[in-house]
Amino acid sequence: MKELWRDRRAAFGLAVLLGAALVAILAPAVAGDPIAQHDIVATRFLPPLSSDLHGDFHLLGTDRFGRDVWARLAYGARVSLGVGTLAVLVSVVVGVAVGAAAGFWRGWAGTLLLGLTDFALALPRVVLLLLLASLWQPSAGLVILVLGLTGWMTIARLVHGEVRALAVRPFVESAVGLGASDLRVLVRHILPNAMTPVIVAAALGLANAIMLEAGLSFLGLGVQPPTPSWGNLIASGRDTLVNAPWVAAAPGVALVLVVVGATMLGDAVRDRLDPALRR
Amino acid sequence: MLLLLLRRALSGAAVVFGVLTLMFFLLRLAPGDPARLLVGPAATAEQVDAQRRTLGLDRPLPAQYGSWLGRFMQGDWGTSIATGRPVARTLAEAWPATVRLVGISLLLSYLLGIAVGVLQAARGGRLDTTLSVVTVTLFALPGYWLALMLVMVFTYRLRLLPAFGAAGFDSDFLTGGDRLADRIRHLTLPLVTLTLIGIGGTARYVRGAMLDVAGSPFVAIARAKGLSPARVAVRHVLRNALIPVVTLLGLSLPALFSGAVFIEAIFAWPGVGRVLVEGVVARDYPVVMAATAVSAALVVAGNLLAEILVAWVDPRVRG
Repeated sequence: MKELWRDRRAAFGLAVLLGAALVAILAPAVAGDPIAQHDIVATRFLPPLSSDLHGDFHLLGTDRFGRDVWARLAYGARVSLGVGTLAVLVSVVVGVAVGAAAGFWRGWAGTLLLGLTDFALALPRVVLLLLLASLWQPSAGLVILVLGLTGWMTIARLVHGEVRALAVRPFVESAVGLGASDLRVLVRHILPNAMTPVIVAAALGLANAIMLEAGLSFLGLGVQPPTPSWGNLIASGRDTLVNAPWVAAAPGVALVLVVVGATMLGDAVRDRLDPALRR
Repeated sequence: MLLLLLRRALSGAAVVFGVLTLMFFLLRLAPGDPARLLVGPAATAEQVDAQRRTLGLDRPLPAQYGSWLGRFMQGDWGTSIATGRPVARTLAEAWPATVRLVGISLLLSYLLGIAVGVLQAARGGRLDTTLSVVTVTLFALPGYWLALMLVMVFTYRLRLLPAFGAAGFDSDFLTGGDRLADRIRHLTLPLVTLTLIGIGGTARYVRGAMLDVAGSPFVAIARAKGLSPARVAVRHVLRNALIPVVTLLGLSLPALFSGAVFIEAIFAWPGVGRVLVEGVVARDYPVVMAATAVSAALVVAGNLLAEILVAWVDPRVRG
C-alpha cells in the first residue's frame, strides 16, 4: 500500500477516488439540497462562483430551475459511484465463480462455461443494456444488475487462467492428497492466490461501469430524475448548452476525473503486480 | 487457414443465433402483454384473447420460438409499432451509415493511435509521460459528453459545423462538390468524437505492446548492429507489436460499436444505433430486436475481418 502511494499514477487515482467517495458520503454536509428550488426566477442560470439574491453562494452555478449544480453533483456521486461499485461487485462474484469452476472442473462443464464466456464477450454490451432497459422499468437496481451481468467476462477469463495454473502446483496437490474436498481446495487454497489480477480488472471495470451508468441515465434509461446521477445531469444540461454550459460541463469533468483515476490506479497496480512489466 | 476461417464463421453464426434466442426469451420474460398493448385499454377479455390467438401467443413457447425464428431467418422482421414501416427496410437503410461512420473512425483512430503509441514507446521520458496523461484522458472521455462539448464549441459558439443528421435539408438540391462538402461537414463532428476516444485506447495499447517487444533479445541485436532507433522502432519492434494490436482491433469492435450508439443518438446520425435508441425509447420491440440482431451481426463480421487480418500479419496463425 505504501509502495502504491509512491507511484504517481496510483497516488492520483487513489486521491481522486477517495475524494469522490468522501464527497458522496458527506454530501449532506458539504452541499445543500440538490432538489430544492426556491425563487426560480432570481436563482436560475447563475454562472459558477456567484451568489444569488438571497446571499447563497453557488460554487458551480445553478441550472434552469435554480438548483445548485454542486449539490446535484455531490448527491449524483452517491448514485453514480454506488451503482458503479455494486455493479462491479456483481461482476466480480459472477466472474470469479464462472472462471474458478471452468478452471477447476475441466471437461464438459469447463468447456461449456468457457464457451458461454466467449459468447458473452462477443455481445455488444451497450446494445444488450439498451434492450434490457427497454424491456423493464428503468431503475438503479436494474442498472446494477444489468451492468454486473454484462461485465463479468474479463474477470472469468483471468480467474480461469490463474486457477488452471495453480491447480497443478505442489501445494494444491498436497492439499488434495490430504483429503481436502474439491470445494475446500478451490476456495481455501486456490482462489486466495488467484485474486490479484481480479483487483486490476475490478478497478478498470469500475471505470467502465460508472461510464455506462452515466450513458444509460443520459439516454433516460437509467437512474430517473429528479434523483441526480452524473448521467442524467449531463442530459439535463444538454438543453441549456447555450445559456448555461456549466450544467453539462461540471458532471462530465467529474466523470472523466473518476474514470481517469480508476484507470490509472488499475494500470499502476497491474505494473506493480507483474514484475515482467515493470518498466 | 481456410479451415480456421470456416470455424470462426461458424462460431460467429452461433453468436448471432444465441443473441436471437436470448432476445426472444427476454422479450417473453419481460412484463407487459403485447396482445393487451395492441388492442388498447378499453378492450374486453375476449378481444384480448382473440388478439393473442392472432399473434400466436396461445401456443406453447417452443413452437412460438420455432416459427418466430423461421420468419426472422427469412427476413420477415415485422413492422414497426411506432411508424408502421417494415423493420427490415428501416435497417437496410440504416446499416451503411453506421459502417461508414465506424469504419472511417476505426481507420483514423488506428493510424493516429499507432503513431502516438510508437512515438511514446520510442522516445520515452517527458514526452511519453505527457502523452500518457493525454491518452488516458481521451480514453476516459464519455463519448456523449465529448460530443456535447464539441457541439457547444463548434456549432453554438463558432457556428462552424452542423450537429444534426448526415446531410443538410437542402442536400437534394446540391450538386457535385457542394454535396460532398455538405456530407463531409455533417460527418466531421461525429467522426471527430469517435476518433478522439479511439486514439486514446489504441495509443495506450500500442505503447504497451511496443514496450513488451522492446525487451526481446532480437531488438537488442538490431540495436547492436547499429541500426538507427527509428528503423529499430518501425521495422523490428512495431512489426511484432502489431500482432496483439490487430487482435485488439477485433476485440474493440463491440466497444466501438457501443460508443457509436450514443454518438449516433446525439448527432441524429441515420444509423443502426439511432434506430436502436429510438426504438428503445418508444418501446418499439420489433425494431429493437432487429436492430440488436443487426448490430450483433456487424460486430461478428468485424471480428471475422480482424481474424483474417491477424492471419495476414502473423504467418504462424496461418499454419
